[in-house]
Amino acid sequence: MSTPGVVGYLDSLYASPGDEVTVRASVLDGGGRYRAQLVRLICGETGPSGPGLKEEPVATELAGEHMGSEQPVPISSYAIVDNIPPLETIEFSLLVWPTLPGRGTQALMALGPVRLVLDAVGAATIAVDGETISTKVPLRHRAWHRVEARYDPATGSASVRSEPLRGFHADRVAEASGRLRAGVRAAGPLLIGASPCVLRRASLAQDEGRCAVQDQSSPHPEPATEGSASEDARPLFSGSGADAATQHFNGKIEAPALRSRELEAEWDFSRGIGTTRVEDKSRHGLHGHTVNAPKRAVTGARWDGSVHDWRRDLSQYGAVHFHSDDLYDAGWQPSLRFRLPETLKSGYYAVKLQASGPPFYVGFIVSPKPGAPRAKVAVLASTVTYLAYANYRRRMSPGPFELTMGALPTVDMTDVLLAEHPEFGSSTYDVHKDGFGVGHASARRPLFNMRPTGRFWNFAMDLCLIDWLEAQEIAYDVISEHELQERGVELLAPYRAVLTPSHPEYVSLEMLTATEAYLGAGGRFMYLGGNGFYWRVSFDPAHPGMIELRRAEDGTRAWAEQPGQYYHATGEYGGLWRRIGRPPNALVGIGFIAQGFDASTYYRRTSASRDPRAAFLFAGIEDEIIGDFGAWGDGAAGLEIDAFDLALGSPPHALVVASSEGHSNAFLLVNEEMLSNSRGVDGTLNSRIKADIVFFETPAGGAVLSTGSIAFVASLAHENYRNNISRLLRNALDRFLDPAPFKLPM
Amino acid sequence: MTGPAIDPRRLNLAAEFRARPFGRHSPELQALLDIMHRAENCQDLILVSIAPGRWVLGERRIGGKPPHLFTDEVFESREAGEWAAFRRRWQVLAGRELELP
Repeated sequence: MSTPGVVGYLDSLYASPGDEVTVRASVLDGGGRYRAQLVRLICGETGPSGPGLKEEPVATELAGEHMGSEQPVPISSYAIVDNIPPLETIEFSLLVWPTLPGRGTQALMALGPVRLVLDAVGAATIAVDGETISTKVPLRHRAWHRVEARYDPATGSASVRSEPLRGFHADRVAEASGRLRAGVRAAGPLLIGASPCVLRRASLAQDEGRCAVQDQSSPHPEPATEGSASEDARPLFSGSGADAATQHFNGKIEAPALRSRELEAEWDFSRGIGTTRVEDKSRHGLHGHTVNAPKRAVTGARWDGSVHDWRRDLSQYGAVHFHSDDLYDAGWQPSLRFRLPETLKSGYYAVKLQASGPPFYVGFIVSPKPGAPRAKVAVLASTVTYLAYANYRRRMSPGPFELTMGALPTVDMTDVLLAEHPEFGSSTYDVHKDGFGVGHASARRPLFNMRPTGRFWNFAMDLCLIDWLEAQEIAYDVISEHELQERGVELLAPYRAVLTPSHPEYVSLEMLTATEAYLGAGGRFMYLGGNGFYWRVSFDPAHPGMIELRRAEDGTRAWAEQPGQYYHATGEYGGLWRRIGRPPNALVGIGFIAQGFDASTYYRRTSASRDPRAAFLFAGIEDEIIGDFGAWGDGAAGLEIDAFDLALGSPPHALVVASSEGHSNAFLLVNEEMLSNSRGVDGTLNSRIKADIVFFETPAGGAVLSTGSIAFVASLAHENYRNNISRLLRNALDRFLDPAPFKLPM
Repeated sequence: MTGPAIDPRRLNLAAEFRARPFGRHSPELQALLDIMHRAENCQDLILVSIAPGRWVLGERRIGGKPPHLFTDEVFESREAGEWAAFRRRWQVLAGRELELP
């Protein structure tokens, strides 16, 4: 009953034969030894109703036992300006919107041992070499304040001030002044939203510091304070490396300024949105950069609700939202490097790491080399959706989960390991410590869901399609959505048919446009899942490997984006593609209608299934009921399901050849289908709750088949792949591979 | 004086759940489950797979900390785990242990 003793990640979610792959591993069990093996993944852990886990070892120099150690994770975001010259006097000024005041000391600006912080009660405080002066008046939660502090090293005189901005509450200015240790020179990099790790560990209270190791070279070690003299700071990680910052701030900061006799600098966060750049608007050009992707394009102190697109008035978007649990790049040292064999088959793969406990799979996609011969069929692996779900913690938090899901949440011991390590970051289904949604997902950290085991969902579920293609002896390639983002329709063009797996939920504009272009050129597309093409994501050029998501306005949401912040840092309007005017129905004929996580059900053929246009689909299928079996919930129609809807752009000539029925009480109509709450929205009462199988031809001779259910692929292996779902898909694929053009109905 | 949150005499609903924990339920069973699944009644239970085909109940903890595992009882299916959770909740909400023939 132990958790994996080793975890790791790769530099990319995809690779090609002949590529060198770098593995970054961290050994957590203290043993130092672990084994590694490249495996080709054929089928996930399906449970007793399916074929079960299938993996094949691949011989590479990776195989064998290795030595390693635990590697730290420098979680938390902040900004840093490296080249501050030595200063005689120092004055900090900034606007602050705290989201967790009173939750430990949080640094607003720090230059070596001179720091402006919110103290343990959330009051503005100037700290110099361990001595402090506090206003003793906490800043108000989620309210803007101007905060200032001054320190003169010659005399030791110091002051601090906080002033609430606008509003009609009984806020008041708070000020304090006095003398602190004289002669302390402000030096070193300036940190905004954190303190540098130049403080002795013993001087940091347990809830305040995360410096990994004492920096013995510090010119300004902070003396021990009462009550903490013998205590080391509790690192958030337990590795041996050094972090650069501590005392991380949660909340928004705007217009930080640093003034002295020598210079005046002010950083304008509205400049450089969409980059890591932090721009000093003074003549000194003291530019800096952000660390760990804090959220930009967020409303600032001047935002008045008149503007919602940050590009229209930058002055209202001068803030950055920092989080102590932001993570872009774990930054681990390379542990292993190996080369993929030149003859390696395209597919789903994993580097299987094994120490104590169960293995940790580091999943990735092997796609054909550019220019290499292609199969006629491509599986478009949902790597963007895998990333959006990566490190999903919500199931392990208290709450009435079953009212939504209809069943107990399930996890395994790898998920328990994730819960033990908050430093691995969260998923876009989680919220930060301050309650704001996690809108960034980065691949530069261990990803706990890119594996064939655990929850039968996404990556593990999608392997059912791979298993079926193998069983059918159909030649195929696997390509990734990340490549689609980079290469566009050129990636899809060589394929006669492109198949999605079970749940391609998160899609960028570039991905959507490329898919449309493929269909426009006569491509044949199979959407073999549910709740696809739902949320818009964007790729941030400044943070390779990371996606951004803003859950705006509507939809089945784990959290809601804040007002005024619906536009991504790329400038794109976020939210549901349906709300943006590009509904999935217009692309693949169906769109999200309901979800339930207790049991699946079956499809019943419609009269349209007898239409001559659909004859090829049902060749050899006499059954009226199809898919009344499967490895998820004993049916092919389940989990998240999609329906045909002319009003949302489903093609009028499309054939709905089968629809599911008999869904359970747990299946609830999605809220974007309701203008107000109502009764009668569960699967036992609402006839709109059904998964539709839809077929339609396109003008360029192509066609689309959509099956409308995440559980669909989990039925393919039933009775050794001899069942009506398998037959339907085989019939469809055979025709889709036939170069004869499809013809639009008259 | 208030009575139990659910009627301990409605053993027919417990029997219905035991026979079919997943899928369509009668309106009366669904109403009972809606009471059991409320935040104040759900006991923050979770099913934890400790090995393929082996499950234990756990309790979710604030802040997403690792769940507390109830390792005294190991289940061989999700259905068995759901039934165990039902029985725990019944005992609290009905005021007596669930005894079903």
